[in-house]
Amino acid sequence: MLDVLNEQLNAKGEDPIAFDSDCREGICGMCGLMINGDAHGPEVTTTCQLHMRSFTDGETITIEPWRATAFPVIKDLVVDRSAFDRIIQQGGYISVNTGSAPEAHSVPVPRDDAMRAFSVATCIGCGACVAACPNGSASLFMGAKITHLGELPRGQPERDSRVVNMVAQHDHEGFGGCTNIGECTAACPKEIPLDVISQLNKDLRTALAHGH
Amino acid sequence: MNYEMPDTTTTAEPSQDTPAEMTDDAAGYYTPGDPLVDAKAPTGPIADRWQDRKFEARLVNPSNRRKLDIIIVGTGPAGASAAATLGEAGYNVKSFCYRDSPRRAHSIAAQGGINAAKNYKEDGDSVHRLFYDTVKGGDYRSRESNVYRPAEVSTNIIDQCVARGVPFAREYGGLLDNRSFGGVQVSRTFYARGQTGQQLLIGAYRALERRVAAGTVETFTRHEMLELIVVDGKARGIIARDMVTGAIETHLADTVVLASGGYGNVFYLSTNAMGCNVTAAWRAHRKGAYMANPCYTQIHPTCIPVSGSHQSKLTLMSESLRNDGRIWVPKNEADCDKDPRDIAEEDRDYYPERIYPSFGNLVPCDIASRAAKHVCDEGRGVGPKVDGVRRGVYLDFAAAIERPGRDGIEEKYDNLPDMYERITGENPYEMPMRIYPAVHYVMGGVWVDYDLMSTIPGLFVTGEANFSDHGANRLGASALMQGPADGYFVLPHTIRDYLADGPFEKVDESHPAVVEARTSVEERINHFLNVNGTRSVDSYHRELGNIMWEYCGMERTEDGLKKAIDLIRTLKDDFWRNVKVLGTNESLNQSLEKAGRVADFIELGELMCIDALNRRESCGGHFRGESQTEDGEALRHDDLFAYVAAWEFAGDGEAPVLHKEELTYTAIEMKQRSYK
Repeated sequence: MLDVLNEQLNAKGEDPIAFDSDCREGICGMCGLMINGDAHGPEVTTTCQLHMRSFTDGETITIEPWRATAFPVIKDLVVDRSAFDRIIQQGGYISVNTGSAPEAHSVPVPRDDAMRAFSVATCIGCGACVAACPNGSASLFMGAKITHLGELPRGQPERDSRVVNMVAQHDHEGFGGCTNIGECTAACPKEIPLDVISQLNKDLRTALAHGH
Repeated sequence: MNYEMPDTTTTAEPSQDTPAEMTDDAAGYYTPGDPLVDAKAPTGPIADRWQDRKFEARLVNPSNRRKLDIIIVGTGPAGASAAATLGEAGYNVKSFCYRDSPRRAHSIAAQGGINAAKNYKEDGDSVHRLFYDTVKGGDYRSRESNVYRPAEVSTNIIDQCVARGVPFAREYGGLLDNRSFGGVQVSRTFYARGQTGQQLLIGAYRALERRVAAGTVETFTRHEMLELIVVDGKARGIIARDMVTGAIETHLADTVVLASGGYGNVFYLSTNAMGCNVTAAWRAHRKGAYMANPCYTQIHPTCIPVSGSHQSKLTLMSESLRNDGRIWVPKNEADCDKDPRDIAEEDRDYYPERIYPSFGNLVPCDIASRAAKHVCDEGRGVGPKVDGVRRGVYLDFAAAIERPGRDGIEEKYDNLPDMYERITGENPYEMPMRIYPAVHYVMGGVWVDYDLMSTIPGLFVTGEANFSDHGANRLGASALMQGPADGYFVLPHTIRDYLADGPFEKVDESHPAVVEARTSVEERINHFLNVNGTRSVDSYHRELGNIMWEYCGMERTEDGLKKAIDLIRTLKDDFWRNVKVLGTNESLNQSLEKAGRVADFIELGELMCIDALNRRESCGGHFRGESQTEDGEALRHDDLFAYVAAWEFAGDGEAPVLHKEELTYTAIEMKQRSYK
């Protein structure tokens, strides 16, 4: 739709509207708009996968960039989400260098744990959870990362430091705190469940109790 | 300053006095060059070659590594893994991507899986068999030494990914699951439901961000490489544009790595992301890096059919769906507009199973694609008519739903059926899916030697951006194998042999070669902003795509390709005179970004057609109408075309120079493929 609009603007000699979008398959996480006040619009999907059949003919649609202090607007509908990268830099990984990995079958992973890890690893980092949250919190994003790595045996050694450092960076970036409203999970195109935030808080308490 | 427009009018026309070989359809469109030899190609038993090369490649002392700067363009599985690994080794890495985060490279959309010769199923798999299948799948147009290497390190990739937290699918005992995948008879494909690409990519991204925190990798997001800096014959840096501020930046280093992906978007409609482009590779090509086999394009058989003219891209359904789905069309044209559920079993033509009884629905992509085209050309396609023809075939899960059950299908393919329903409005659990081929991957790319170095010393090229591993067609689940293989396990060893001579003499920003590169970028941008023409960049891109799909798509002919070359030259001329780019350089300007990319796609498109014209044989994804058997199967000509076509840029308006690298096989015998 925005492509068509931009072709029309271009034909009229007016500047096209800048917006982010890349894979157009709902997986890269690049796109994201507030559509009629909802992150990614009225359906559980990404903006790029939303079809005009979700609206009525003749309807006026209001679009805005992501609403969040920690995602400053760059131009038109484009925002800066680099804060997510900086949160990952603070521990959203397992410290293992290339070449030093043991045989993949050396540590079996219970199937249910692997399934849960996968189901939250589906997060595409689009930022809809932050945009939807009245507090502008990235707790769902962070919770997904903490839960994914925390479910896996290889994620255990850094479990405490990971959560403490990521939360500190989250707060430093200007994201708000979670007050269990649940707008994030309702807006999430990958349906990351709210209980990852419980896991986040639980891991944080455990880490603090361990003296981190 | 006025930008001097590339001269398109004097491009060499086919001349009568060129001594034409019987088979050389492209005579006159190119200049024959010297044969090309890979000086680093190892000899000896195939299984020892990589070990030998790793041992012979010189080492760099850890204290010297921190004095060496490496630029890596692209953050996909090939680029991010290389940045992480080289950062871990202690080099200074600068990592560039055009998106807002390294995590968004387009391999994220890869669904099916990654091949690895673990032989966990004890079904006869081995490194040698994976190697053999890849060479065979590539229709004997790849280099055997190169292909053996990703097969060899494939097992390490799985270990590495698991250690980094990639959540692959597992069995009840907690061990990794595998499935079989297009074109092979063993189960060697590891997967994470329908999201293997995202999980592998994010594994590499996490490793990359870890090195950012450690200070050995610096990331430059929303930056696009617009020129390569070559000083005294060596790649020494890039000119990049900060896509937010428009600042033209000079980045200098001891070596440059391109991991910038493939150029399928030359077809406009493809399964690539909107921004995927050839610019980094093409700018390097213009500076002296040869392009190899640019016409080798993979047309993927399982995409959602085109529905109308506003479409901006096509969506792939994983090839792995062919494991459980059965492909068919009605036997009778009269049934084509019926509800498929009302078509009786005996009126269905399960054509892949009929024509290729031993491989059935798992025949390689190019065979499956052309078979789909043929049944649609016969008028037996299904779905809505586009330009008067129904272009779709059914992929039916009814039998599979009865076997492992609907839950089993859901677990295996995750979001794929939902994705299909979202786009088409039809539920694949109730109705057969409709699929049709679309451009998905390019096997061609920048020519590299065994060390992954291009013809410009110090310029390395990895992943889809190079040409090296897939020959004329890529085996399913091998792209996700090649990227991490190059980035984690190959490049870090070969690049050290080059860097052992460094650190190289510092280059100053005022060096004439740097100034020239920078000025050319600025002039090009100014030109686009000042043409004030009448047509949008997208309209040129769409027209180029139509030309390419029509004449350089699933089936290519001499007449069609010559026509395409003329059309592209006319289009290029018009583009430079009449394109309309609004706005300024000094802010985010998506039309300006696209203008540069489309300019390069147009030049690439012409070279692809010349390459396709030269290769009067059918091999892998390249099907020449003039070269087929009596029953319409692809016919290869090993006596004439068992070479890599490496093209040298000779200047604007000059015919490119063709260097042939002969392909020889010592570890494997060349055979005509047969999947019957």
